[in-house]
Order: sequence, then structure tokens, then C-alpha cells
Amino acid sequence: MDYTISPLGDQAIVLTISKEINEEAQRKVQVLSKQLDEQQPDWMIEYIPAFTTVTIFYSPTMLAQEDVLPYQAAEMEIEQLMSSITIETAGEPRTIEIPVCYGGDFGPDLEFVAEHNSLSTDEVIDIHSSGDYSVYMIGFAPGFPFIGGMSKKIAAPRRDSPRLTIPERSVGIAGMQTGVYPIETPGGWQLIGRTPKKLFTPEADTPSLLRAGDKIKFKQISEEEYINWEEHSDD
Amino acid sequence: MIKILKDGLLTTIQDLGRTGYQKYGVIVSGSMDTYAHRLANLLVGNEEEEALLEATLLGPVIEFKKDTVISICGGDLSPDINGKKVGMWKAIFVKSGAVLKFGKPKTGCRAYIAFAGGLDISKVMESRSTYIRAQIGGYKGRPLQSEDVIPLRRSSADHSQSQASTEDLLFNETDWTIASDMIPNYTSRPVISLIKGPQFEWFKEESQKALYSESFKISSQSDRMGYRLEGASLFLKAKKELISEAVAFGSIQVPPDGNPIILLADRQTTGGYPKIGQVASVDLPVLCQTKPGEQLSFKEVSLEEAQQAYLEQEHSIQLLKRSISLKIKEAFS
Repeated sequence: MDYTISPLGDQAIVLTISKEINEEAQRKVQVLSKQLDEQQPDWMIEYIPAFTTVTIFYSPTMLAQEDVLPYQAAEMEIEQLMSSITIETAGEPRTIEIPVCYGGDFGPDLEFVAEHNSLSTDEVIDIHSSGDYSVYMIGFAPGFPFIGGMSKKIAAPRRDSPRLTIPERSVGIAGMQTGVYPIETPGGWQLIGRTPKKLFTPEADTPSLLRAGDKIKFKQISEEEYINWEEHSDD
Repeated sequence: MIKILKDGLLTTIQDLGRTGYQKYGVIVSGSMDTYAHRLANLLVGNEEEEALLEATLLGPVIEFKKDTVISICGGDLSPDINGKKVGMWKAIFVKSGAVLKFGKPKTGCRAYIAFAGGLDISKVMESRSTYIRAQIGGYKGRPLQSEDVIPLRRSSADHSQSQASTEDLLFNETDWTIASDMIPNYTSRPVISLIKGPQFEWFKEESQKALYSESFKISSQSDRMGYRLEGASLFLKAKKELISEAVAFGSIQVPPDGNPIILLADRQTTGGYPKIGQVASVDLPVLCQTKPGEQLSFKEVSLEEAQQAYLEQEHSIQLLKRSISLKIKEAFS
């Protein structure tokens, strides 16, 4: 696996795996993340996977040796780690279904997205719910997925002025991207619906429903199904 | 337990941060001045990372509902107990019924109040730090408000002799304190050590120079998430998009408007703006004690120098830890 290493300050090291965002880079980031999860090197504090990089935060005191800078020691540790990894060790991606109740109060901007693309609202829903999506990265907010794979046909610009609060679990479109807001937050995305499924559960062992590499399917549900789902969830 | 009689400007419960969850997009949070945090805990016999209160500029008013031992480190926000000035960077035996309050900020802007045994609140994702936006951690996921009551855990200091000797007084300070060379100089015009950021070379040469030669003002739009700086605008040589990647405590990112932002304890996990610099870890505490309106400037240090300084500081904290624990054994026995 080709990569370059560079410092991010005095307690982190960045592994750059690719110069551009693509499926292969994504797979490599996942393989490396998996490896770090399994090995949990004692000098590692944590790591952050992104589109084309994995940044490892380390403890300089754990890595300190006479005449060797902690950064150099981290570099050596990482070289050793990387030599044991092959891209084949990537598992099959999971597919997560996200039910969405489109339009109405849940998706106040569905009409706008339809008009902007000269489509009917039903056509927007069809296109959005039939796409094959993958999660490139979790970031921006807890459990927030950067999702690739949306059709250009339903692309829409961000709102001119962002909403001060967007309810949690809202599904939106911004430019060529679609996403789901795990927690209530301000934001400028066009809202087309809402999912009853929780994306962020702080008390769970794995607080984020999604992780980088997951495949996503959006499935249209009715308002009744939405309400049923919320009532029958554990919280 | 303790009772909050007045909330102050922003008083939150913090430990050393919620590490290990950034891969899920969960921010680290934690104390801004980690040095003062660690020392405050050591002084009352706690582990360094124990949760405590971070008070900002205008501190809270706190009533003690049991005898305990506390310490106050960090910025000098003029603490007093029942109207009598109380010392910082030392252990203080406090009687039930005593009231701690703060006055005018003298140096720095964040004070750390540690309690022997620690605050008895539960962890969320392995940390007690308050993450306000997600409303988790700390006390009900929010800053403290008046009338909040927070239980304290038991401590070996609970029935110490020194405690008994304070019979006539509401508090009693230890006669020893942290050596003055171990107390940071919270100046209002600090010179902050800076390592080159990952995208330093992307910036115009005059911007690279300006970073080290100009001074910057901390904007009023600054908080625990980041300090916005006003001064020289910094620009890229050519328009270039950065693919979003991890940021760190002290990363200096520059949005297209040219005004740098230093990312701090409540920073997001990733960012798409180029990073021109990275504050050396040893200078983060002093940086985090500066307040809006104050000036700061940067000096260049190599990664090697920054790591050496870090290791030396950790070494002296370890030495200090040993001598404090001996003192505490005497005092709390």
C-alpha cells in the first residue's frame, strides 16, 4: 500500500493514502482503521479516518527513547504496521437501510429541490430512494456521514441563509451531497425528509450507527410507519 | 456535595477530554488549560484527569455542603471564601457552609476548581466532559446553573487532622504551594510557539512571513471551539481545495477570507480549510488563558524543539506529582 507520512503538530501523524477521493482510497482507509482497532497500539491515543487520510494521535511520552524523537518513533511504528497490511484484508461492506418519510413537515424543502431540477416531488423521492450510496467519512458532527453517490438530477444549492436549528434525523441535500443530521444543529442543507432511525446514541458501545465504508439504502416510508417506528424504538 | 448559588459566565464540568470517539465524529472537549487542570487535581490527591469545574472570566458562587479539600489553579479570577482572599496553586481545607466566589479577573480567564475525590457524576463515552452542543456529559450536558447540586465522591482527605484544626475557620490553606517556576506566566501578550502546519507551503510567502512577524488580536467571536484572529490576512499562492482531514488542538486553519482560526478544546474532528500552523502543545495552556481583545504573536519552533519541550514539561510534572503526593500524605493523615 502506497502512503506518505507527515506530522500534524507534536502529537499527531498523518498517513496520506491517496491524492484524490475514490473507492480505492476509501477501502484503504477502512483497512487501516480496522487494523488500528484490532491492534490498539499502546502508544496510540486515537485515530481519525477521513476521505484520503488516517491521522493517528500518539503519546509522545510513550514513544520517547534516547536519541529518537517521538515523531520518528511513531514513523517507525507506522511503517511496521503498514508492512503487515494488504488491501485484501478488507471485509465486505455492510448495507444499512435508512427509512425516510419524505416531504411535509419533515421535508420542507422537497418542493424546492423538485422545482430546481424541473421534477415532480415523487420523482425526487424515487431518485433519492433508489440510489446506491456509500459513507466516505464520519465528521462535522457526532455520527454525521459524508455520503457519496447521489444522482446529479436532484442536486440543489444550500439555502441562502442557514436554518438556526435543524431537527435531529433530518435528511437533506447540499450541492451534490446528501446527508442525515444525527443531532439538532444549525445548517444550510435543503431538507427533504426525516428518518425515525437514530444515527447517534451516546450510551451505546458504538455511538455512531454508520461508519466509513458502509453502503446505504434510503427507503421511503409513510408518516404512519414513521410514527410507529418512533413509538416502538427503545427510547 | 456542592451547590451552585450563581452560575457565572460559563462554568462547565470538564476532564481531560473524550478521547477515542473522534472517529465517530464526537469532539474531544475537556479543559482548555490542561496544565492547570492536572495540577489542580494533583493538589487535592486526585488522578490528573479527574473531572473538575472550569470557570470562565466571571466565576460562579459555590456553597460547600460538606467538609472537603479543594484547589484552584489557572487564571486568577480573584477567588475568596466568605469574603476572605484565598490562595491559588495550593490545597485548601474547606468547611461545610463555606461559600466560594470570584471577583475581577486578574490574569488569564479560566480557573480550575478541583475537589478531593472528584465530582460524583456519571461518564458518557468514558468521559465526564461537557459537550454542550450534543447535550451530553458533565451535568445534564449543559453549563452549570444556579441551584444545581453536585455530589462529591468520598476522599481520603475527608477526616484529616488538618480538617479538624480548622474548627474556628471556614477554610485553611496549606502552607506549601507549587514552586513559582512551575506556575505558568499568563501574560496578556503571549508569544506562542508554532510548528509549521501541514499546508504551510500552500501560503504566499508574504503570508508565511506575516504569520511570524505580525501580532494578532483575539476576536470577540472566540470561544472554547476556537479563537478567531484579526490582523494580517493570510492567503494561498493559488486556489487549492483541501480534502477534509483531521484537525488537532491548536491547529491554525485559514478560511478563504484570510483570517486565521486557532482550533481549541471544542473543535470539530475534521476540517477542510488549509492549516498554516500548529501550536506547540506546551504553549496551549497559556494560549487558552488569553481573552478576546488581547494580542498574541507567534514564533517558529521545529517539531523537534516542540517535542523536546513537551517531554521536559512532562518530566517536571512527574517530579512535581511525586513531591505533592508526599506532602498530601502528611497533610491528609
